[in-house]
Amino acid sequence: MSAKPARAKRVGMEVSIAVSHAVQLARAEAIAAYPITPQTHIVEHLASMVANGELEASYVNVESEHSAMSACIGMSASGARTYTATSSQGLALMNEILFIASAMRFPIVMTVANRALSGPLSIWNDHSDIMAARDIGWIQVFVENGQESFDHSIMAFKIAENPQVLLPTIVNLDGFILSHVVEALEMLDQGAVDKFLPAYSPRHRLDPRNPVTMGAFAMPEIYTEVKMKHQVTLTNSYEHIVKVWEEWGKLTGRAYKPVEQFMTKGAKILLLTMGCLSEVAQIAVEEMRAAGLPVGLLKLRMWRPFPFEDLRKAVGDAELLIVCDRALSLGGPGGPVMSEVRSAFYPLAQRPNILGYIVGLGGRDVAPQAYKDIVAKAKAEMEQGPSQEFSLYGVRG
Amino acid sequence: MEKFGFAESPKYDVYVSRLMPREEYFTSGHRSCQGCGEALAVRWVTKAIGKDAIIAHATGCMEIVSSGLPQTAWMHPWIHVAFENTAAVASGVEEGLKILARKGKLSGPPPKVVAMGGDGGTTDIGLQALSGAMERGHDFTYVCWDNEAYMNTGIQRSSSTPFGAMTTTSPPGKQSFGQSTWKKDMVAIAVAHNIPYVATASPSYVFDLYFKIKKAIETPGPAYVHILCVCPTGWRSATDLSVRLGRLAVETGVFPLFEVENGKYHLTVQPPKVRPIRDYLKPQGRFRHLRDPEVDYIQKRIVERYKDLLAKCGASVPEFPFLPEEAPAEEGA
Amino acid sequence: MKPLEQNTWQDIELGGLLREPGSARQYRTGDWRSQHPVWTKSRCIRCGVCWTVCPEPAIVEEPGGYFDMDPNYCKGCGTCARECVTGCIAMVPEEE
Repeated sequence: MSAKPARAKRVGMEVSIAVSHAVQLARAEAIAAYPITPQTHIVEHLASMVANGELEASYVNVESEHSAMSACIGMSASGARTYTATSSQGLALMNEILFIASAMRFPIVMTVANRALSGPLSIWNDHSDIMAARDIGWIQVFVENGQESFDHSIMAFKIAENPQVLLPTIVNLDGFILSHVVEALEMLDQGAVDKFLPAYSPRHRLDPRNPVTMGAFAMPEIYTEVKMKHQVTLTNSYEHIVKVWEEWGKLTGRAYKPVEQFMTKGAKILLLTMGCLSEVAQIAVEEMRAAGLPVGLLKLRMWRPFPFEDLRKAVGDAELLIVCDRALSLGGPGGPVMSEVRSAFYPLAQRPNILGYIVGLGGRDVAPQAYKDIVAKAKAEMEQGPSQEFSLYGVRG
Repeated sequence: MEKFGFAESPKYDVYVSRLMPREEYFTSGHRSCQGCGEALAVRWVTKAIGKDAIIAHATGCMEIVSSGLPQTAWMHPWIHVAFENTAAVASGVEEGLKILARKGKLSGPPPKVVAMGGDGGTTDIGLQALSGAMERGHDFTYVCWDNEAYMNTGIQRSSSTPFGAMTTTSPPGKQSFGQSTWKKDMVAIAVAHNIPYVATASPSYVFDLYFKIKKAIETPGPAYVHILCVCPTGWRSATDLSVRLGRLAVETGVFPLFEVENGKYHLTVQPPKVRPIRDYLKPQGRFRHLRDPEVDYIQKRIVERYKDLLAKCGASVPEFPFLPEEAPAEEGA
Repeated sequence: MKPLEQNTWQDIELGGLLREPGSARQYRTGDWRSQHPVWTKSRCIRCGVCWTVCPEPAIVEEPGGYFDMDPNYCKGCGTCARECVTGCIAMVPEEE
């Protein structure tokens, strides 16, 4: 097997458009979508590709996101490769159906252009939309640049449709700050994608020649077992996800990991970020290292299933882990990611101090200086003892 | 033989039952109440849609009584997702089948797509999805099982609950006579979407229902069939009266049976004499509390609406033996 | 599927999918009834109306064209007796 990356052409393209090209190359067959800022460019471009015969697909302009996910279930149940995209309020509106889509094991792929949840209304980027959907039972990954957006959108289909997996998959990309920027990226050609991603072969579909009943209700005697099956399937999808990422690495030269590490060698202090926060945090870490601070960065890519072992290994024997959340769980322990990370380390005899900072809510810019401030604050907190459960970085007042 | 309602019934005698297909697509063993009018409707609708069909069903009585793990009463490929989205799920199935057919992945023509839901899942919480599906023109049939309340959850009112009816959330009391608004005209809403086929039907007129469903599924584009389903539990009627009550609903003008094909109305069952509303209300405990003023109002409005419908259908006006002789029109009025 | 309580999580099909159409027939709703229909054959005209109006359905045709209840499923609602064209069906209480 040659290690040479597949034929690719380098283009400059708005990331939303790159994602639509990924969906086109993946030969998505059925799309039901409702427009919402900042996902709109994705669905608009898909509509024009379908209208021009560049993508052979059923494209349905449903009348709400709740109907979008419902129609996607119908499409997937009929046996078609299904895709949709949404953000924020749309994700919240389809919330009820998201749980059902994964419970019924439909391999739908969805892009979430992460945007703050109302109220107040905000069209700008943060992770509150997807953090309010942690429990939906989907596979979830985060990407931080245009190349990753393109790559993971294609890989999502392969992961979802694996007969051992058959779970819907979300690719989270930051709204506006990623969806609407023009970046340089390598696009694969159709032949390479076809070889990587064969046609969808459903393991369950609605067919009069082989009638099945989907969506039966469960009495208390059986509900737990059904949920357990889902839990085990989602947890075990880890190995299948990693395999697909390895295969992509051989194909393109870009190998992805559940937890990416940046300058972590010998780091006593680690920052943890997700999505675009990571690219800026990298700059801050470079500068802090140059100034002699033993700081490193962990970038959490795989969110569900939660990569316990990768995270614990990546942290190693660092003394302080600073989790930067881009969402706030009101009235709770603070950041959703920080809460889960602390939980992941709780059972260990040897674990770092874990502090949480909330940054960038509602699209507020997070510059490299923010990370330097946060590291300084965190160090002070370690010396003086933490003054509060968590901090909202940059809040005035 | 108007008893069995088929418009050309003079051609048939009572034996037409023996001509109907025997294969059951909604099997015994379902847990509906004794005498359930809705189960009877499902039984005949599923026969009419035939083998080559896919059903998307909303949460509700018929879904719950038929699909508790690990058993199912459905012989068709069947999917239940949620309460308010069956029209959206059906839209997705229809579009999925379309693209699979286009790509040559289906052997044979795509199966028919039929969405089914109760009055709750159709006229209330499901109205948005239904409106969207009708507007988009999907090739599917929507069947509404109208038992006039949220029966599965314990008889709470819906927008389909008739005026004056008792439900647990529209109970009569010292300051109320029950449901205080008129039943939502879902059929008019469907007609307003300009879809090619809309019809009302009743399991009390089995053959009328059967052939309407057949017409609906063969009509390209959206079709909507609204079926009145007597619910002995919720209507507080005797379990053996469901077919009779459904017939009374037609004979009193409460639930006329008609079709609207591309905007043109025509009546499919026309009782030559209309019966007074009290004949319909009396056997139902849910109306027992009504006093004369409410009943007279209902009677008046039913007659008005029925006459409007007859005009739309271009049908002759039947006898209303219970109405007083109409006074001659005044000169110069 | 086995009875509910005997299923382990490993037994669960894809998302709780049911692969056997009509498996509801395993549930004998006939246990519910407190009365059942009896046909007086001499007055039965074998029209089939009773079979048409049964919601279960729990009426089966015998050889010879007459009808009888299916004791496995008849819930005793009485609709067949009410709708019978000749009135030849009577509802009779279940004996203990």
